[in-house]
Amino acid sequence: MTASMELHGVAKRYKEVAAVRDVSLAVRKGEILGILGPSGAGKSTLLRIVGLLEPPDSGTVKLDDRAVDARSVEAPMLRRKMGIVLQKPVVLNRSVRNNLAYALRIRGWDEASIYMRVDEELKRLGLGDRSNKNARVLSGGEMQRLCFARSTIHDPDVLLLDEFAANLDPANVSLLEQMIRQFASRGSSKSIVLVTHNLFQAKRMCDRVALMWDGEIIEIAAKHKFFEDPGDERTAAFVRGELVY
Amino acid sequence: MVGTTGLDLIEVTLLSLYVSGMATILGSAIGIPLGALIGLKEFGGKGAVKTVTYTLYGFPPVLSGLFVYYLFSRAGPFGSLGVLFTPTAMIIAETFLVIPLVTGITITSVVEVDKNIKDTVRAMGASSRQSTLTIMREAWVGLVMACMIGFGRVIAEVGAAYLVGGNIDGKTKVLTTAIMLETRMGHFEWAMALGAVLLFVALAVFFFLRLLQEKELL
Repeated sequence: MTASMELHGVAKRYKEVAAVRDVSLAVRKGEILGILGPSGAGKSTLLRIVGLLEPPDSGTVKLDDRAVDARSVEAPMLRRKMGIVLQKPVVLNRSVRNNLAYALRIRGWDEASIYMRVDEELKRLGLGDRSNKNARVLSGGEMQRLCFARSTIHDPDVLLLDEFAANLDPANVSLLEQMIRQFASRGSSKSIVLVTHNLFQAKRMCDRVALMWDGEIIEIAAKHKFFEDPGDERTAAFVRGELVY
Repeated sequence: MVGTTGLDLIEVTLLSLYVSGMATILGSAIGIPLGALIGLKEFGGKGAVKTVTYTLYGFPPVLSGLFVYYLFSRAGPFGSLGVLFTPTAMIIAETFLVIPLVTGITITSVVEVDKNIKDTVRAMGASSRQSTLTIMREAWVGLVMACMIGFGRVIAEVGAAYLVGGNIDGKTKVLTTAIMLETRMGHFEWAMALGAVLLFVALAVFFFLRLLQEKELL
């Protein structure tokens, strides 16, 4: 499998805190890569670097073998090719329909195509009857599903998910996981990075899993190896559910 | 100058609304984009610019009037335009009073938009202009409030209106300057009646805008 995104020696500090230290990582095409780790390990910062929302202090981010910079003028264009779902469901203060349409308008789609694509997505989401309601009246689970749909409506090749299920009930988690699997099955070029602290979710969803601890990736391996035969003591302890903080 | 009569009450009220409304529109047209720019862009001296903006909330109306008077007086740089003692001069003087208020409230409103919304919009690949417009839309309630507060300031303002308008009967006399004139002439009943009209007009405008806001039409 070829890599769609690569990080080489990436580091990021926030004042005195080293959030990410010398991380090198390749996200392969066609895989779901899980990034596990305790709170404060630097997972979200790493995802923000991958999503070109934060520039690293040092190191290189490569997209399709080309070095890219989150501060460059081309960064917004590159972000348009990705989809990002954040931990907290964030909807804009407009209708459900217009939340979806916004994601396409930003990307320069014409109105007729937006209308058709949004209608399709609303049917798939089961929110067609509430398409003209303000998105802020939706439940937490519906909002997160809407956010997911808004992040994938343009069929991106790279999807980044930051603790998307952190505040959801099991039924909604299951629905969203199903949506992620459907997205992954759309083609072999799709790469998904799933940041989570939930071992079981990583086990259910991912092809490879990395453990991040104190800003570093201490182990990255195929799911089976990661859970059954970890190479690092800390991974083994984390997988056993022991305190490794 | 003569006292206000019932006959010209409507004219005075309409002129008050016209002058205050235009000043609010012009001040908002400048203040909202300026506030969004200051609130959302990072630049050197941003803190100082914000401090100056907030300090100008207390800008004395009479100084605004004095400044505009100087600009449009015969000896001033724009004296030849013949704007002094016209509603245009009053609108200009009052626009200066609206700008800092609307700018400052806009800064606060856009800064207070949830950081997650800003992140989400950026993550979708919005350009700087698209981001700014989206955040302004998210801050819409605050921006409408800024315009309302701006209007509230100028509809009740007397110093600048008197100085550059001159309180000329049938031409530049507005409710506040008429109240002042009637009081000086000892016509307290008329002054009180005009005060009641001023209060009613201000409240009616605020009530109407608030109603639109509640119906999500604004």
